[in-house]
This record gives sequence, C-alpha cells and structure tokens, in this order.
Amino acid sequence: MASQPTEKRVNNFTVKIATANGTGSASANGLIMKSLFRMGIPVSGKNYFPSNIQGMPTWYEIRASRDGYIARAEDVDMVIAMNAETYVRDVQEVRSGGFLLYDSSWPRANVLTRDDITVLGVPLAQMCNEAFQGARNRILMKNIAYAGALAALINLDMDIIRTLLGETFRTKTHLIDSNMKAIELGYNYAIENFDCPLPFTAEKMDATAGQLMIDGNTAAGLGAVYAGATVAPWYPITPSTSLMDAFKSFAERLRKDPETGERKFTMIQAEDELAAIGMVIGANWNGARAFTATSGPGISLMSEFIGLGYFTETPAVLFDVQRVSPSTGMPTRTQQCDIMAAAYASHGDTKHVVLFPANPEESFYFAVKAFDLAERLQTPVFVLLDLDIGMNDWMCPMLEWDDSYTPDRGKVMSAEDLETTEFYRYLDVDGDAIPYRTLPGTHPEKGAFFTRGSGHNKYGQYTEISEEYVEVLDRLRRKTDTAATLVPKAAIDEPFDTDMAIISVGSCDGAVREARDHLSAQGIHLNYMRVKAFPFGQEVDDFMDRYERIFVVEQNRDAQLKSLLILETRVEKAKLESILHYDGMPMSAKPITVAIEKAVAKGEAA
Amino acid sequence: MSYIAKPKVAHPKLPRNDLGLTRRDYEGGMSTLCAGCGHDACTAAITQAAFELSIPPHRFAKMSGIGCSSKTTAYFMGNSHGFNSVHGRMPSVATGANAANQDLHYIGVSGDGDSLSIGMGQFAHAIRRNLNMTYIIENNGVYGLTKGQFSASADVGTKAKKGEMNEQPPIDPVSTAITLGATFVARSFSGDKDQLVPLIKAALSHKGFALVDVLSPCVTFNDHEDSTKSYAYTRQFYHPAIHTDFVPPAQSIEATYNESGTANIELHDGSQILLRKVQDDYDPTNKANILNHIQSKQQDGEFLTGLLYIDEGQKDFHALNKTVSTPLNAVPYQELCPGSDALESVLARYK
Repeated sequence: MASQPTEKRVNNFTVKIATANGTGSASANGLIMKSLFRMGIPVSGKNYFPSNIQGMPTWYEIRASRDGYIARAEDVDMVIAMNAETYVRDVQEVRSGGFLLYDSSWPRANVLTRDDITVLGVPLAQMCNEAFQGARNRILMKNIAYAGALAALINLDMDIIRTLLGETFRTKTHLIDSNMKAIELGYNYAIENFDCPLPFTAEKMDATAGQLMIDGNTAAGLGAVYAGATVAPWYPITPSTSLMDAFKSFAERLRKDPETGERKFTMIQAEDELAAIGMVIGANWNGARAFTATSGPGISLMSEFIGLGYFTETPAVLFDVQRVSPSTGMPTRTQQCDIMAAAYASHGDTKHVVLFPANPEESFYFAVKAFDLAERLQTPVFVLLDLDIGMNDWMCPMLEWDDSYTPDRGKVMSAEDLETTEFYRYLDVDGDAIPYRTLPGTHPEKGAFFTRGSGHNKYGQYTEISEEYVEVLDRLRRKTDTAATLVPKAAIDEPFDTDMAIISVGSCDGAVREARDHLSAQGIHLNYMRVKAFPFGQEVDDFMDRYERIFVVEQNRDAQLKSLLILETRVEKAKLESILHYDGMPMSAKPITVAIEKAVAKGEAA
Repeated sequence: MSYIAKPKVAHPKLPRNDLGLTRRDYEGGMSTLCAGCGHDACTAAITQAAFELSIPPHRFAKMSGIGCSSKTTAYFMGNSHGFNSVHGRMPSVATGANAANQDLHYIGVSGDGDSLSIGMGQFAHAIRRNLNMTYIIENNGVYGLTKGQFSASADVGTKAKKGEMNEQPPIDPVSTAITLGATFVARSFSGDKDQLVPLIKAALSHKGFALVDVLSPCVTFNDHEDSTKSYAYTRQFYHPAIHTDFVPPAQSIEATYNESGTANIELHDGSQILLRKVQDDYDPTNKANILNHIQSKQQDGEFLTGLLYIDEGQKDFHALNKTVSTPLNAVPYQELCPGSDALESVLARYK
C-alpha cells in the first residue's frame, strides 16, 4: 500500500465509477452527484455509457469544483471499480497518489500492480448478499452501498442523502429504508476500516443556490413546450431520443386536459427520419410550430427535405444532438461533427441557420429562439447540441421565463390582410428578402399558392426561365444576410491587451474557460469568442480582425468551424490555428492548455 | 406551362352547387400533361367530386410528391393551397399538415412510382396511422417523366414500348392497403367517370385513410398493344365488383334508391354510400373474403373495381392521438405556454 498523499483538498476532486450498465448504478451515481450539489458545491457529471442495454462497461465521472469548472477533469482522484471486466484498465485511470475502491468480496490481488495508489477494499457484494433478498435487488443494493462507502470517505452529508432518497422514492416509500440500509452498510464499513475522511473531502459551501442540475435534452424539450410547439414527429436515435421524451413528458403534464385526456400537442413516431422531417415541414407549412430531434445519421437522411424547406421557404426546427460519426460511429460518444453538414445540408446552393448552445441553459433559450427564427425567416433552423450537452447533467442557472413573451410568427397574412393587400408568395416586399406567406384555408378566393421545390418565380409560379430563377435564388442569398442580423450574437470576452485569442463553439466552452485560467496563471493571456450561431454576425469578423493569432477549438477531426469561418468571413486563413479533440470524450482543458503552451513556446523560439 | 391560368368565364346557366359556386370555381391551371393522359380525366373527376360535395375550394389542401400524377394538383382547385413536395414523401408532408389542422380536407395525388417504389414506406405508414385524407394513385405502370421505365405496378408479362418484358411481380396498391389496415379502399378507371366521381366523393367523406387506385393509362409510354395498362386492355378487363353511389347527408335515401340488392353504409358526417351489388357474393365489409376475390380476379387478368373495402368504425389519426378538436395551429399561444409559475414548479426536481 502506498503512503497517504499529504495534499489536502476541499471540494476539488474527481471520482470515476466503473460499473456494468443495467445494474442500477445510475441511481447511485446520481445520488452522489446530487448530494454534492445540495451541499452547495459546484459539480458536473459525465456519463460514458455503451451502445447497449445490459452488461457492457459504463463509467460515470463526478467532478466537484470549488472554482466552478464544469469541463471534464482528466485527473481522477478516485476510481470506484465495480466492474471486473474493466478492472485492469480502471486501476490505470487513478492518478498517482489517488485511491481505488473495489468490491473485495472477490480477491483481485493479482491485478493490484500499482504501488503509487491506495487501494480500499469493501466487501460490498458479501454485505449485500447477507442483508438483502433476491438476485436483482442484491445487485442494485451493492451499487447503492458504494455510494455509502464514498459518503464516509469524502464526508458527504448523510441528512442530504436521506432527503434525496425520500424525493426519489416519494411514491415507493418502502424503498427509502432499503436504500438507506445499503448506504449505511457501505458507510459503516468505511468508517470502521479506513482512515476517514480522505485527504480530499466535500465541505458545505454556497455556490449552487439558484442553480439547476439538468441535461440539455431535457432543457431543449422544455424549451419546445414553452415555444408553443404542437407537432413533434421523430424517429428514435441516440442521443436525441431523450429530448423528445422530455417534450412528451412536459407536454403530458402541462398540455393535457386531466379530465378528457385531450392533448394540445401531438407526438408522431415516424417510420424514419425522412418522414419525421416531412411531417415537420407539412405542419409548419400549415401554421403549427413543429420540430424534430435527431443526430448525424438522421441529418443525412433528412437532407433532401431540408433543401425543400430552404427552397420553398417553409419553417422547420431540427435539434441535432451530435454524436461520434461518420456513419454509425459511436452512438453514445460526443463530437461536434455536424457543423458543416448542418450549415450546408442538402444538394445545391443551400445555407441554413444553425444555433450552437453551449450548455442546457442555452439549449432552453435557443429552443425558443429557433422557432422564432424559423418562422421569421421562413426557413429550417438547426439547434446543434451534442451528446455531452444533451445527455449529461450540467449545473446551470435557474431557467427563467418572461410571461410577456409573444412568439414571432413571422410574415403570415390573415384573411383581413388579403382583403387589402396583394399577395405574391416569393416577392420581397419589405426589402429584407423575407416574403409573406399565407396558411391553407385562410381566404375563399385570395392568398392560395402552390408550394413547389421545382423552379419558381417571385410570384410563386413554376418557371424554367433563367432570370426568374436567378432572381429567387439571389433573394435567398440576401435572406442569409438578414438572418445574420437576427441570430444570437457571439459571446465575446476581451479583458486582455493581447494579439492572441481563442474561438470555440458549443460544449467546448467550459474547457476553454478553464484553460484560459490555467494559461493566464502562466502569463499567457488570450481573449475569447464563442460563436453562438451561423450565419456569422458582423461581430465575428470584427473580433477576428483584432487578433494576429487565433486558436479555434472544436470537437471534430476536420476543423469544421475553422473551415466555416474561412469560407464565410473575411478572415485570413493563416491566422487560424486548430485545436481539435475528437475521441468521443467530452472536452477537458488539458489539450487546449498543452497545445497553446506549445504553440506559444514555438512562436517565442522563432 | 402549369402557371397558365384558365380563363374563368362562367356561363350564367352553368349549374351551381349549394355554395353557389360553379364547376369552374373548382378548376386549376392548365394541364401540361400529354393530350389524352388518363390523369387529366382524374383531375376532372376530382374537380367534379369536390364541386358536387359543395366543399369550399379553399378548405382543401392538395398534397403531392413528384411525377406526372403529382403535377396534377396544380390543375384543379386553384383557390386551394397545394404542396408539391419531394418524390415519394407526400404522405409525411400530408401527415404533418393534417396534424396541424384537422379541419381541412386533404387530397393527395400520387403515382405508382411515387407510392409503390420510392414512397412505399410512407404510403404504408400513412395507412397505418389512418390519416384522414383521400389518397389517389394515378396508376399507369410506368415512369412518365423519365420516359417509360417500368414501375412497381407493372404486371408480369406486360411489355414496355420498346419491347422489354416485365417479369417481376407487381405491387398491388389495393391488396397492400387492405393488408396494412386501410379503412377505405377503392379502385377505378380514369375512363369511367360514372364510377370514379362517386368513389372520390365517398373517399372525401370517409373519416380516415381513403385510397382510390385509379388505372390511368399513359398515352405516351404505356398505351401500346402488349401493355396491360393501356386504355384498350383496361376497358376490356376492368371488372366492377360493386356499384357505388354517394348520397350527401341532406338527401333522403329512399327517395333516390329503393331497389332490392342494395346496401347502404353511413359515413361519419351523415352522408351515405349506396352499394348495388354487381357480383352476388361481394361484400366490401368482409375483409376475409375480399383479398381472395381480388386475387382470383387478378389471376384471370382482370382488375376488380369499385369500393372494394370499407370500415367506417376505426379511429383516425387524431382520435388515436387524442388531440383536441381545435386545430393545433389555432390553439392560442396562451394555452400552449405554461408560463413562469409552472416553470418554477417543473424545475423543482432539478434543484
């Protein structure tokens, strides 16, 4: 056994839990994380799960960060190794001087090859087999018991644990006692057998008041409810399914008549993604707010329809919860690999509005914004989440709703409008390149038009006349300019007098913020811009003008954001240097810090 | 070109429907199809049926995919919105549109390529959802716009214009639809307006998915001697199973028909379908026997036509989804947005 590390750390540690999926470990892990959160400690949880239902390895990483860092931490202080299959690998994950907790019901001395970590054996299975009946129950309780052992080792508040169990099992109160019993088994064993607490501990602080622990899919689904979306067709695909599940459960709760069971929404499980987006387009054409959620493979399938939406100027909202691609890729791992696919989806000259939320909070607000933009601009709008934002629990400020909000339904002419104003579907009346539309059934004689993906002129008539076609296509290009003025502006942070900056997007944000702090501590100061939308606003060009050297941080192999910046702004290509991360794990600060340290050192040497 | 509007000059003596509209009010742009195309006769039948039903033209939504048949939605009811979508995907667009507003009449026009090849999946699933729409397949056995390739409905042994013989079995939209659970399935012939118009009227009045498969010959690519979808062949071998008349709610049935051998089926809106048996043993509500019947006629090289199957008792898409009776596109935003107080309570469990 290694000697205890001397360094004492409070509210600054990472615990990684290795289990097999389908064993109920999610409850235990959620309990640990939520306990830290309720203790007022900033915390984040990352779930690394397999594309499988039961029996494959899964990991959950909990990071407590006094300083509020939410990105993945690469140094793991403790591994709770519950899965024999991954044990050898899990042992290697512990940082030097860290701890390994394992189920000592089965001896594993032969694989304990490291002498720079402390190994804590708890006979979890043995204790639970004695205390509980039933094979399934024993497995579940064994996992709850490790949470108890950890509670003793890092000083989790037992009252908070008890309260949380009460909340979880509000309707199944008999489970509170059995779960608490399992917690106490682990807790008492640790107290009796180890030197508790460890050098890293949890201590109550006050940094989570007014905060939520929520995942982005849930927040986005809730946003769609608040936006007034009524038609929700989708085809199940990881990792987007929970967004539709969230919409459904919130809508069931908030939009269903408790007496009649009648619903002010409809969910349609489509036969495939092509049908899902077709339904979204049909419903929006008919004046309902409709959306779908999908992931990369779904976007590929939807592309023809997305082009139809663009060219016929029909609103649509698509949430793309990105996962590792190409092809089927790794469905349960994260990436930002659909940036280009979304921006230019479909054949021909198309260009789409894309919003890039960085966290669940923005997922909620951007969901609402996406519907406003889709209807204002009469075009498909993408909201690009990723698996990290969509499926992991993030700490974020309480979501707020302004009751004075009214949805922007765009330029839709009513029967009264049609009595007084001439209507031509694709005419640029206002000079903003956005035409007027009418909804089917509005007026007996006026305002009907024929929607077609084939060539049409500004009056909405079929055409094969070059000039008429070009006129429409050019207006569509101008509409992109209008879009650039309406989409959310980039977040810009320029506290330093420096000629170096970072640009990033989406879920890179936490890692970039943390990396900037580390770099600043070494005297390397960088300003920062996070783009929130495409087409890029003027501020994106202006920001890049101000720097000589810009690091573009993103999570894909081919530097898609950088490519888009080069294609769609006036920036000099040579100014932009990529920092790329695409192994499927959420981004941590380390690759950014390391890359910039190296780049700066090289620059100084030259 | 399809944007050439027909001049709307109504003769004062043209018959008017209950809305005071003439048949001309149900017409659309000039057809750009080949002279003699069966599809133009279908267009005329749709126009006639809508006129006779006295449904305001703007309360229709015309849905289509891609192909010769799909173009025809521009040629009727110029005062209705139309959506010429992408190839084979009309059913999904119609599903979304219907989800948004259940108060309009949805009429989808498709072809055998659009529905039975590229669009087979969407066709099948719109049926499974019992989407309240009239779905017309203008079936000619060939791809017209790409110049005469066989479609999936081409019969075994039929020959293309250039002599190639089809040896793959056809997909029969009628049997397929019945198997998939369609609640209204009819087949007709573009050349038999007397049969087709009442069938379309009944289809439009049926609450649920109503398929009308119309044998609609392609004069340019599939009207030659060795074709089984030519005018001559169809005329010779189409075989009415049952004679259908449509009686709107206002009319008294006894006054119109009072002969033996008839049966009537009441539709959800109070209108009635009057069936007069041409074949003694054909009962369009007996699913078990129907498929046999259709198959045996097919083996004899005949096409059974008429209202082949009806089940008026099934829930449609909205009933299955328990949507409110107010069209979803007309529910006020205040009733959709739960507001700030609800947000606070919804989020309590995330604190």
